[in-house]
Amino acid sequence: MKELKIQPIKNGTVIDHITPGNALKVLKILKIPENVSDSIVSAVMNVESKRGRKDIVKIENRELKASEVDKIALIAPNATINIIRDYEVAEKHHVVVPDEIVGIVKCANPNCISNSKEPIQPRFIVKSREPLRIKCFYCERELEDISSGLM
Amino acid sequence: MNFKGRDIVSIKDLTEEEILHILDIAEGMVPIARGEEKSNLLEGNIMASLFFEPSTRTRLSFEAAMKRLGGNVIGFARPGATSIQKGESLADTIRTAESYCDVIVMRHPQEGSARMAAEFASVPIINGGDGAGHHPTQCLLDLFTIKKEKGDIGKNKVALVGDLKYGRTVHSLAYALAMFKAEMVFVAPEQLQMPSEVVEECKAMGATISFETDLEKAVEDADVLYVTRIQKERFPDPEEYNKVVGIYKVDKKLLENAKKGIIVMHPLPRVYEIAPEIDNTEYASYFRQAFNGVPVRMAILALVLGGIK
Repeated sequence: MKELKIQPIKNGTVIDHITPGNALKVLKILKIPENVSDSIVSAVMNVESKRGRKDIVKIENRELKASEVDKIALIAPNATINIIRDYEVAEKHHVVVPDEIVGIVKCANPNCISNSKEPIQPRFIVKSREPLRIKCFYCERELEDISSGLM
Repeated sequence: MNFKGRDIVSIKDLTEEEILHILDIAEGMVPIARGEEKSNLLEGNIMASLFFEPSTRTRLSFEAAMKRLGGNVIGFARPGATSIQKGESLADTIRTAESYCDVIVMRHPQEGSARMAAEFASVPIINGGDGAGHHPTQCLLDLFTIKKEKGDIGKNKVALVGDLKYGRTVHSLAYALAMFKAEMVFVAPEQLQMPSEVVEECKAMGATISFETDLEKAVEDADVLYVTRIQKERFPDPEEYNKVVGIYKVDKKLLENAKKGIIVMHPLPRVYEIAPEIDNTEYASYFRQAFNGVPVRMAILALVLGGIK
């Protein structure tokens, strides 16, 4: 019998096909685990699959909404979201890059107003999805290395 | 076309049609700007002029514009005398100032500051320069000058000369000229050439663009020479500044080979890049350009305050 690195979950959310090495960043963006939550979270990194290596994240007893998970599209554009109910995949969809990204990545321009003590959150406009290009709403500078800008 | 209540943060916020409308209104403002006619169009309105960075032309011409139209002006020319010194945020400064006025004109050293101010203020925000970002009213007065002196904007070949990398006016101007389909030649040493992002954007709008390092060649067929100062304050590395300062100089000798009718523009202040011997020649457009700031800013104030539609 094939050894499973990670057990199937009964209910919850499985985020599959995460770009290898980014599972922990995904959890950071989703702010998981929450302080008060008792749901078990497991992450597997760099596993082999038919489509090459990938990371997987499983969150038990919690169904994430698509709009919540779309935030991870910045660093895991090929990820799929599987909602599991009673060990079966009840819903499956791909992440979609939102039109605007707020409070997830910081602007790389040190002289941008979003990097000062002002009461605003960093905000980016998506210029193109393939390839992913985003520009700061405030200073309009393009963010070249998106993953290094993660807050 | 309704401008009432609108923010003017970037030239990109305006369409070609809207720009031409502003320039038409500005043309009608010229006699008032010169003091030949009186106007009370903006009587009872207050403009707050918040200058967190030094300025001569932008601040004075905005204040003159408001006063020529019968309005009042409050504000500061340096942040040292305000609560910013005590650590107050820009957002709070804006929310306070807007309760005292009908329109805010601001210059701030950080990019994106005017865009942020526009989010917090309910009165119109006019960007008078945000660090290395935008300076839309400069761009509008540049277009006004080209139109007034050389006719149809799109029929001209404009040479943009000097610091095209850090100069905020040239980025906005290149974008606007692309909108009007004017031909452009970017004259700069390699390390100060126009950022690829701006070039890409202009090309996508259908602009014809060429690059040149030799100013003598560029003047041969240009209709407008738009010269900029190499700005020491924008250079992260002083050595890089020393290598390029004084590289281009516009003087009588250079213009001997220029296309007939060429005009020399400059957003000012100039340092070494235009010889004073040009000042009293037919080429020199830069002081007229500086004056044009008044009618153009009058038009903008009148439009966003609803004095004119």
